[in-house]
Amino acid sequence: MTGLDRKENFIRAVLLLTAFSAVSVLAVITVFIFAEGTPIMFRRGVGGFLFGLNWYPGEGRFGLLPMIVGSLEVTLGALLIGVPFALACAVVLTEFSSPRLRNILKPVIELLAGIPSVVYGFIGVVVLVPFIRETFGGPGFSVLAASIVLGIMILPTVISISIDALQALPPSYREGALAMGATRWQTVRMVLLPSARSGIVASIILGMGRAVGETMAVIMIAGNAAAVPRTPLDPVRTLTSNIALEMSYASGEHREALFATGVILFVIIMVLNTLANASSSRRARGKRG
Amino acid sequence: MRVPPRLEQRFVKVVLWSMTAITVFVLLFIVAYILRRGLPVLSLSFLTENPHEMGRTGGIFSTIVGTLALTAMALAVATPLGVGTAIFLNEYTWESRVTRIIRFGADCLAGIPSIIFGLFGFILFVIKMGFGWSILSGGLTLAFMILPTIIRTSEEALRSVPRSYREVSLSLGSTKWQMVTRVILPSALPGIVTGVILSVGRSIGETAAVIFTAGSALRLPTSLFSSSRTMSVHFYILAREGISMPNAYGTAAVLVLSILLVNIVTYRLMHRFIRKYS
Repeated sequence: MTGLDRKENFIRAVLLLTAFSAVSVLAVITVFIFAEGTPIMFRRGVGGFLFGLNWYPGEGRFGLLPMIVGSLEVTLGALLIGVPFALACAVVLTEFSSPRLRNILKPVIELLAGIPSVVYGFIGVVVLVPFIRETFGGPGFSVLAASIVLGIMILPTVISISIDALQALPPSYREGALAMGATRWQTVRMVLLPSARSGIVASIILGMGRAVGETMAVIMIAGNAAAVPRTPLDPVRTLTSNIALEMSYASGEHREALFATGVILFVIIMVLNTLANASSSRRARGKRG
Repeated sequence: MRVPPRLEQRFVKVVLWSMTAITVFVLLFIVAYILRRGLPVLSLSFLTENPHEMGRTGGIFSTIVGTLALTAMALAVATPLGVGTAIFLNEYTWESRVTRIIRFGADCLAGIPSIIFGLFGFILFVIKMGFGWSILSGGLTLAFMILPTIIRTSEEALRSVPRSYREVSLSLGSTKWQMVTRVILPSALPGIVTGVILSVGRSIGETAAVIFTAGSALRLPTSLFSSSRTMSVHFYILAREGISMPNAYGTAAVLVLSILLVNIVTYRLMHRFIRKYS
C-alpha cells in the first residue's frame, strides 16, 4: 500500500464521519428532547398530558389539550387560507404567465421566504390585529389572526415546491392534452394537477410543518390564552408558544412539562416529515419506473 | 348546464390571476410597510451606537455585532460538515441504504421547528455543557439548524459539475481527493457559496432558537462565552414589550434590508452558476 492510498483511505474515513453529522445531530436532538420530556409524562400519566384541559404549571397541572387543539386549529386555518392562493400562483406562474413575468415573480416570492418570522408577527400586530378587532370584534389577538399570518408565511414554501412539481412533468403531457384540443385550463385541471399530485401534496405537508412549528410570529398575534378557543375570534395558544412563553422562567417539573410539550411537537413534525418524504419519493419512483 | 370550455377558461384565468396578484401584493406590502416606517429612523449613529435604556434610545451596534458573531460561529461549524457530507454523498459512494439514511436525516433535520432547536441547545449547551447563554451555545445551535441547507445546496452544486471533468482528471492520473480539491470544488464553488449565503439569511432572521441559547444581553460581546442579543431578538423584545416603536421599525428595516441583500446576492450567484453549466 502506497502513501497515497493511505491518505485516500484516511480522507474517505473522515468524509464518512462528517456525512453522518446530520443524522447524529438528529439522533442527539431526539434523545435529549425525549430524555427531558418523557419522564414526567409517564410519571403523571400520558393521558393527563394529552387530554387534560387545565394548564396551571404553578399548581402542577399540565393539561396540554388546549395547546394541541390550538396548534391544529391555526395550522388548519393557515392551510385553508394559504393553499388556494399558493396553488393559484403555482399554476399561473407555470402555465399562464409569460416566461418574462415568471422570471420576475418567482424570485420575488422566493425572496420573501427569507423574511424573518418576527417581522411577519409584527405586521400582524400593527396591521391585522387592529383590523380584526375593529371589523369583527373580540380582542383581535385570535385564531383568525394567527391563521392569516401563518397562511401568508407558508406561501413561499408551497408555491416553490408546487412549481417544481409542475415543471418536472414531462412536456409531452402538456403537448398531448393540448394537441387533443383541450384548453389550457382543461390541461391543468385534468392532466397536470393530477399528475403532479404527489409533489403538490408534499408541498402542502411541508407548509403544514412550517405552520405547526412557527413560534415567534404566533406568540405575537395569537393572544396565548391557554384555553380551547370556541370561536375563530378567541385567543389561542399553540404548542410552540407554550414552550417559548414559559421557558425563560420555568424550573423543575414545569420545565419538564415544557419539554413534554416539545416531545408532542416533535412527534407531530416527524409524522409530517415522513408523510412528505413518502409522498415525494413515490413521485420519484413513479418517474423512474 | 355545461359551460363552454373557452368561457370557463377565461373565467378561471381571471380568478387565478387575481389570486396571484393578491399574493404578490401582500408579500410586497409587508416589505414596503416595514421599510416606509423604518428607513426614516436609520442613520449612521443608529448603526454605530450601542443601545441605551434597554433600547429605548441609542442604536443597535451591539446587536449587529452579536448577529455577525453568531452567524460566523454557525458557518464555521456547519460549512465543513455540510460540504464534507455533500462530497461524500456525491463523490465517494453510490446510492445505497447508507446514503438514503443520510439524506433522510438531513431532510428531517430541515423540518424540525426552530423552537425545538432552541430547547435542545438550551439543555445541551447552556445547561449540560455549562457554556451558559453565549455566542458559543447560540452559534452551535444555529450550525445544526443550517446544516441541512448547506448539505442540500452543496450536493446540487457538486452534481451539476459535468461528468467529463471527473473523467479527465482521473484519466490524467489524479487521485480521487486531488480530483475533488483541484477540479470539482473550484467548479462547484459558486453553488456552494450560494448555499452558505442562504444560511446566513436564515441565521440572521432566526429568533426562537437564538433567544434561549445566546440570551439577550445588550452589552457588546467580548468573547465566545459572552451572552449576546441578535437583531431579530432585539426587534422582538422592542416590539413585544413596547419599548420603542421607532427603534423597532428601524431594527426591522435593517433586518429586512440585510435579508433582501443576502437573497439578491444568492440569486445572482445561482444564475451565473446555472448559466455556466447549461
